[in-house]
Amino acid sequence: MTLTRLLTSAALALGLATGATAQDKTKVGFIYVGPIGDGGWTYEHDKGRLAVEEHFGDAVETVYQESVPEGADAARAITQMALQGADLIFTTSFGFMEPTLEVAKKFPNVKFEHATGYKTLPNVSTYSARFYEGRAVQGHIAGEMTESNTIGYIASYPIPEVIRGINSAYLHAKKVNPDVEFKIIWAYTWFDPAKEADAAQALIEQGADVILQHTDSTAPQAAAEKAGDVITFGQASDMAEYAPFPRVSSIIDNWAPYYIDRTQAVIDGTWESQQVWHGIDEGMVKIGEITDAVPADVKADALALKETMAAGEYHPFTGPINRQDGSAWLAEGEIADDGTLLGMDFYVEGISGQIPN
Amino acid sequence: MLRLEKRPQPSRIWTWATPPLAVLVTMIAGGALFAALGKDPVEAIATIFWKPLFGEFAFYYRPQLLIKATPLILIAIGLSLGFRAGVWNIGAEGQYILGALTGAGVGLALYPLDSAVVFPLMIIAGALGGWAWAMIPALLKVRFGTNEILVSLMLVYVAEQLLAAMALGPMRNPDGHGFPGSRNLRDYPSAHNAEIIEGTGMHWGVAAAVIAVIAAYVLLSRHILGFQIRLAGQAPRAARFSGVRPGRLVLVCLGTSGALAGLAGMFEVAGPAGQVSIDFNVGYGFTAIIVAFLGRLHPVGIALAGLLMALTYIGGEMAQSTLGLPAAAIQLFQGMLLFFLLAVDLLTNYRIRIRKKEVA
Repeated sequence: MTLTRLLTSAALALGLATGATAQDKTKVGFIYVGPIGDGGWTYEHDKGRLAVEEHFGDAVETVYQESVPEGADAARAITQMALQGADLIFTTSFGFMEPTLEVAKKFPNVKFEHATGYKTLPNVSTYSARFYEGRAVQGHIAGEMTESNTIGYIASYPIPEVIRGINSAYLHAKKVNPDVEFKIIWAYTWFDPAKEADAAQALIEQGADVILQHTDSTAPQAAAEKAGDVITFGQASDMAEYAPFPRVSSIIDNWAPYYIDRTQAVIDGTWESQQVWHGIDEGMVKIGEITDAVPADVKADALALKETMAAGEYHPFTGPINRQDGSAWLAEGEIADDGTLLGMDFYVEGISGQIPN
Repeated sequence: MLRLEKRPQPSRIWTWATPPLAVLVTMIAGGALFAALGKDPVEAIATIFWKPLFGEFAFYYRPQLLIKATPLILIAIGLSLGFRAGVWNIGAEGQYILGALTGAGVGLALYPLDSAVVFPLMIIAGALGGWAWAMIPALLKVRFGTNEILVSLMLVYVAEQLLAAMALGPMRNPDGHGFPGSRNLRDYPSAHNAEIIEGTGMHWGVAAAVIAVIAAYVLLSRHILGFQIRLAGQAPRAARFSGVRPGRLVLVCLGTSGALAGLAGMFEVAGPAGQVSIDFNVGYGFTAIIVAFLGRLHPVGIALAGLLMALTYIGGEMAQSTLGLPAAAIQLFQGMLLFFLLAVDLLTNYRIRIRKKEVA
């Protein structure tokens, strides 16, 4: 009997203790697809996590798991965080969509935020950034800077987000340089320095003197530096260690404000499921410093383009734009709707090659 | 001075004692590594080996252990037959992918047919898919004498490209807004590899793995084919004299391991993974090679080794998220396991003797 009482009181004490800590601290979890040292996508998400820690101090505890494979293992990683008492979990890759929903159904009291997906639940939000706005600025600079009129593009997977980026960059390169041509290599990876370096090398050998990338490592920057006369742009992260040349600018994902915002909402009890798609305007997409390797007038034009998008005066997908097969997509002055953009599975007119499928 | 002396026969005791010893040495070296990273080594080791089994959330992790170990055991059982006979199938990862594609392909083609035959058909298709993919290196070896290690390994990369093409093309979810990945088979009850008993992690693949372990055990200890497999590996010349046809053995060994890998892929895609996606495969086909050797190519040993490997995965993930250990440290830890196993294997084949210094 004594033993039973002892155990009961111990269990009670334990229960009270966990209850107390759960009240004190909000626990926020992050599931990463790559290593936090990738220097790109995951690195920026982790900067967002650190910003949350700094902003809330002792009121919030964060946990993370890196290099989580997209598939059956992701569900376990997410469940683990929920079991350990996370109140809010950010799953930061497209491939985590199904696992996130699966786990969310089992933990109705935990809030989930899935990056770049399209499925929601009452306790699952989605968030993404309008990276194509950044691509427009990139395309503008690339079109002005290229001398061989050949721009290389290291693409990851043929999903709408990547195709959107290619289209946006192409349209704005073409606008300032009608002779420009895109060479696209599909790497089928988000992060693989060896593959990315090979792709960059192949593009350079095909005459590209500008390399754009939708993969997360700095390997293409290193390849360009070696070539000596090729420029690049930082992807997801500033990649400033390669500035001022070959990296002449970058698209930076800035998740910190959103992460702080949503954590606050959980603390306040005002969190609600939503679908967010923020751009330059809200600060989720940032353009990294345009270096002096870019002529002053080109830089000024690029910054002006950025300002018009930030002010909502200009949309990168404004007609007239035709599809690759020549059929009309947007009429003169018509602006693409978000639905079409989110599911974009076609190239715009002028891009050669096929989207693999 | 220490001196190594070759044993006339591999030691029976050490054959079975080295795997636990390797685990023990891995714990010590791993603990040192974690300590060097500034973490409490005892807590880290306990998190990896103890908490998933007996910790607060064991009710969740124990079923997960089965789910994670199942493909490893299924594949490793198949591989072990070939490895014993000196047939080296390194491409189980590719056969695993093909099994998933053919299995899921049948399910997706029959969608939304509600019938009890859907799932059995998928199982057959999955096994056939893996078998057919393994037949490529097998036939090339038998007919042209190509090296099955290279051919089977290269076919993994072909299979990965095929997987990507399928996820983006023919098998893409028509209701998926153009995003890659097939329909979720978990939402299609006739094709879902559901748990046999809710909450236990016991899906049909677990049952298949148990059957495979028993069948392999009977085959190796009781059946003439099992005898031939062992003989071909230990004494190829003697095997030929006793009527073993090497070509047939290659076909049987590669075919069986291919079919089992295909089954593993099919059970995975229809259950835990749920859909054909670009990143469906996560390396079970390669990890199974470690499992096969850790289990001494013995069916029961493989079952235990598969569970142990699954434990290091799941415990390793826990250590990551609760203790903040980097993913690379966990991978290093798993690598150590094989490293130390190979190292202590020395004791199986050699005896350590202390040589006295001769007095001049």
